[in-house]
Amino acid sequence: MFIHQYTFIGILALVALLFGPITIILGLLLGPRKPNPVKNSTYECGLQTIGDTWVRFRAQYYLFALIFVVFDVEAIFLLPWAVAYHKLGLVALVDAAIFILILVLGLVYAWVKDALEWW
Amino acid sequence: MNDLIYNLAQGWERWISSFLPAWLVTLIDDLLIVVALLLLVILFVLAFIWLERKLVARLQDRTGPNRVGPYGLFQPIADTLKLLAKEVITPDGADKAVYNLAPVLVVFGPLMGLGVLPLGVHLIGADLNIGIFFVMALGSVSEIAVLMAGWSSNNKYALLGAFRAVAQLISYEVPMVLAVLAVVIMTGSMSMQSIVKAQNPLMFLIVMPTAFVVYFLSANAEMARTPFDLLEAESELIAGYHIEYSGMKFAMFYLAEYINLFVLGGVATTLFLGGWGGPFVDKVPLLGTFYFLAKDLLMVALWMWIRGTFPRFRIDHMLSFAWKVLVPVGVVLVLLTGFVVWLTNDYWLQLAILLPGNLVTLWVALELLGRDARKSGERDKRLALA
Repeated sequence: MFIHQYTFIGILALVALLFGPITIILGLLLGPRKPNPVKNSTYECGLQTIGDTWVRFRAQYYLFALIFVVFDVEAIFLLPWAVAYHKLGLVALVDAAIFILILVLGLVYAWVKDALEWW
Repeated sequence: MNDLIYNLAQGWERWISSFLPAWLVTLIDDLLIVVALLLLVILFVLAFIWLERKLVARLQDRTGPNRVGPYGLFQPIADTLKLLAKEVITPDGADKAVYNLAPVLVVFGPLMGLGVLPLGVHLIGADLNIGIFFVMALGSVSEIAVLMAGWSSNNKYALLGAFRAVAQLISYEVPMVLAVLAVVIMTGSMSMQSIVKAQNPLMFLIVMPTAFVVYFLSANAEMARTPFDLLEAESELIAGYHIEYSGMKFAMFYLAEYINLFVLGGVATTLFLGGWGGPFVDKVPLLGTFYFLAKDLLMVALWMWIRGTFPRFRIDHMLSFAWKVLVPVGVVLVLLTGFVVWLTNDYWLQLAILLPGNLVTLWVALELLGRDARKSGERDKRLALA
């Protein structure tokens, strides 16, 4: 019974993956095709591009991604806990509360140390 | 005649199983359902494009499109035809494979989410027992597609736009999952149909309104709509990560935003507004589909209303809001819901503790937010940032 659900998801995935290319190819067939150097150059407010495209990566993005990974993994652990929660006792609540609070402590530390600032 | 679609489906099953092997029957059935879902969503997307332009126009005291058809109803079709006929320009130095794959993936995520929306009492593509988790996971597929689009365009502004886009999208995924967790604790299952059935007698909007607020705002940011739309801020980053896309490839980004509206609105109605539930659904199950679509439309109209009303956020405000307000509120909600569900099994006692708890959390968050806003307003004035 479960396999039928996932074969449906598989067929949906196939059709969804094909939907994009088919409409794009339809657009390619119907549109004009007149490339010229100015049209194909990259856009920088109408000027010539200055310097390399792949600019330096700010460290701030890395910090946000790091905190996101921590909370994402926490969410992954909490989802099965939430589903099974009805049948578990007080121990489950206390354990999960300690788990969440440890991770929130990490967030508070990042907050106090200004890791969540953008500048 | 009561459950029209269900009875029709049973009749079709009986007829087609009589002369085809079982696996082919399943295949044809699945294909028909997928095609029906796609047609439904395309219809709704055309309606949303029209609705958005008319609604935002009226909010801005102007008329909106009214030339193309009666009341401008054929405007989305005109837009589609225009995008089909545009020239598709690939910029020099773009990473061809990644550049072409990005628009395909960005529309793939929301389309997959359609398969688990409970559109009616028995009308769901696949009632996965990890239904809501599946939708959360698909959000990440669009994020990577955005990064691919920005990276491969060989354009500084697209790259910067893509970085900020991903920073925003990952920051708001955490509060969304926390709000969903609160609902899953109350329901005890991640399956979409179980969540809808658990909202009987009261929808979760009334039981946990703060979770609804957290989910609403996080979904708004996940869809990158105003006021969270600095990713395509026309005056700041030209068009953000999809500068270098034209024609149908751009149409894929555009389409993905509206399909995402439908899917996230559908998830919000399932989790908080009671899905297909409503008066007389047990007698006339077809009403369930009508209720679901009406509630979905209500959510979408709310998001469009907010779009026409608020100015854009600054990126540091937006990220601070996610991590310093929404995540703590989400954590408090999860702990509160866990505590209440452990405390008692009686529905009305749970409601009596949860509802005031939610409102108190919301009030405390707004108080602290107000105090901090005043303080940071002073700081911004001092640093001449305002």
